[in-house]
Amino acid sequence: MRPLTPRRIAWVCAGLFGVLFVACVISLRLGAYPISVRDIVTTLFQGAIGRWDDIPGGLKSIVWEIRLPRIMLGILVGASLSTAGAGFQALLRNPLADPYVLGVSSGAALGAIVSLIVAPHAAGAIQVAAFIGAAGTIAAVYFLGRRGGQLDSATLLLAGIVAASFLSAIIMFLMTTLSGRDLRGMAFWLMGDLASQPSVNSAWLYLLLLIGAGSIYTTSSDLNLILTGEQEARHLGVNVNRVKLVVYVAASMLTGLAVSVSGAIGYVGLLVPHLMRMMFGTDYRLLIPTSALGGAILIVVADTVARTAVAPTELPVGAMTALVGAPVFIYLMRRRVR
Amino acid sequence: MSEIADSAAQAASPAIASPRTAGVRLKVEQASFAYAATDRSAPKFTLGPTSFEAQQQELVAILGPNASGKSTLLGLLAGLARPLSGRIEVDGTEVSLLDLRTRAQRIALVQQESELLFPLRVWEYVLQGRYPYGRRLRFESAEDCLLAGNALAQVGADALRDRWMDQLSGGEKQRVILARALAQQPSLLLLDEPTQHLDIGGKVELLRRLRRLADESRYTVLVVTHELNLAAEFCDRIVLLHKGKCLRVGTPAEVYEREMLEEVFEAPLEVEMRAGGRPRVILRGNY
Repeated sequence: MRPLTPRRIAWVCAGLFGVLFVACVISLRLGAYPISVRDIVTTLFQGAIGRWDDIPGGLKSIVWEIRLPRIMLGILVGASLSTAGAGFQALLRNPLADPYVLGVSSGAALGAIVSLIVAPHAAGAIQVAAFIGAAGTIAAVYFLGRRGGQLDSATLLLAGIVAASFLSAIIMFLMTTLSGRDLRGMAFWLMGDLASQPSVNSAWLYLLLLIGAGSIYTTSSDLNLILTGEQEARHLGVNVNRVKLVVYVAASMLTGLAVSVSGAIGYVGLLVPHLMRMMFGTDYRLLIPTSALGGAILIVVADTVARTAVAPTELPVGAMTALVGAPVFIYLMRRRVR
Repeated sequence: MSEIADSAAQAASPAIASPRTAGVRLKVEQASFAYAATDRSAPKFTLGPTSFEAQQQELVAILGPNASGKSTLLGLLAGLARPLSGRIEVDGTEVSLLDLRTRAQRIALVQQESELLFPLRVWEYVLQGRYPYGRRLRFESAEDCLLAGNALAQVGADALRDRWMDQLSGGEKQRVILARALAQQPSLLLLDEPTQHLDIGGKVELLRRLRRLADESRYTVLVVTHELNLAAEFCDRIVLLHKGKCLRVGTPAEVYEREMLEEVFEAPLEVEMRAGGRPRVILRGNY
């Protein structure tokens, strides 16, 4: 018997931090203009201590203004989506739950697009609208996914798929009315793309990520029990309704947050928590932080591949994650049916 | 099948318990319940006023045909629902007034386990029983591990400790679920049809184990079951329910009356009294 300790969590997270750091350095290195690791390190260091004048102009703009913000955005999006995925899996008691598969990302995207049409210049409006879209969609999918008062795994997934295609149809309809706007850019954003920086200060977005992931984390020992059975969790003293409400709001917020800045990047919320379970076990006290870090790593790597694989053309990062994620989804689904 | 159960159990049949002087653990006073008629398709089902007591070290069986209110009663005892009228007290406190965690420290409910979504080791599962005692993120202490280990030992499942939950046989799983309930250190142990998926040997073993838990570890054990003969063999007290009414409460000998059992279970039955005051129910011929 070797129960989970805070020490183990710290060690595992430190390890993943290391991996994330390496991924970031590699991502900073690669691109149309390759930079040596030494240059990256000195540029980062001098920027960090405020000696901007010592950095060669080209390096400064490539590292600090182009590649690093994009990496930071990737970390934000990856961590949000993975944590949301892990949360949805516990909330719906469905290992195949993922913001994208459940249509929640489409709901958030619809919210974001509506806000772009209605109030294109209001700061933060897009995030709020994406959150409302996500929360509304998951509520609808939840109620459509029930059969005879019970949450049915297959029905739930079908409801998610139907919701996603229905919402996509509305998005298509809205997009055709958006004459004069950059349709290609919009289509890219819908596929999931990190190329454009958010209009709001990203410190706020990080704060929201911390709040969302932190709230889910506080319920992690309750989620462990809910995963073994909702009724049983109740008998063991878990306030199931409160936990579900917290996770529902937080996971919707995280999805809305990610989609509002990067569009619908699929399968991250499915892929990462499963990988982390295979590596570190199913305990949510370890799964939530490792998923957040793992998601960040995955998106940073996927985005680096997306922008360098067929350079100078860029692929949407969502296409990369779907390329890997869809086969894994099929694999997990078939293994369950077994 | 009941006849076989009976003969298998005979060897270990304990003598009938004399009235115990230990304190009252569970006190049910005129408790009744009605489902709210929100779902129009389902009939409104009620449990009529039910009263009984259970002492420390007592093993009580709740008997009755399907839909007689057994599970409703168990739900009330576990505090999952509040009785419409009457009171249910555990160790002198009304169950519905206990907060969730205190309730889980006093009452453990063993149900048929639900499907596990992700693989879990036996010891992880049993440690979950310590949840009501933990703080915030509830990292398990050495004491928790010790108590979980003891609980496993109590049900003779020491050797299963590192196995995966989904690789256990029905009987093994039953014991592990029971161990998790024991890890809660409750004073009241409730079991909802624990004999359902067990073969005859497993049923006898389980009842014998429950008897021991009551005798040696001073639990008050309530078990909902369909096994009339096993209940008669092992239990101190029987609560017989029928169509949402509490028909009779008493020792097996007091409750097992042919006419009443025949009416309740709608089958031709014979009740014979055996040595030690334990009745036995057999199916009459020509059915």
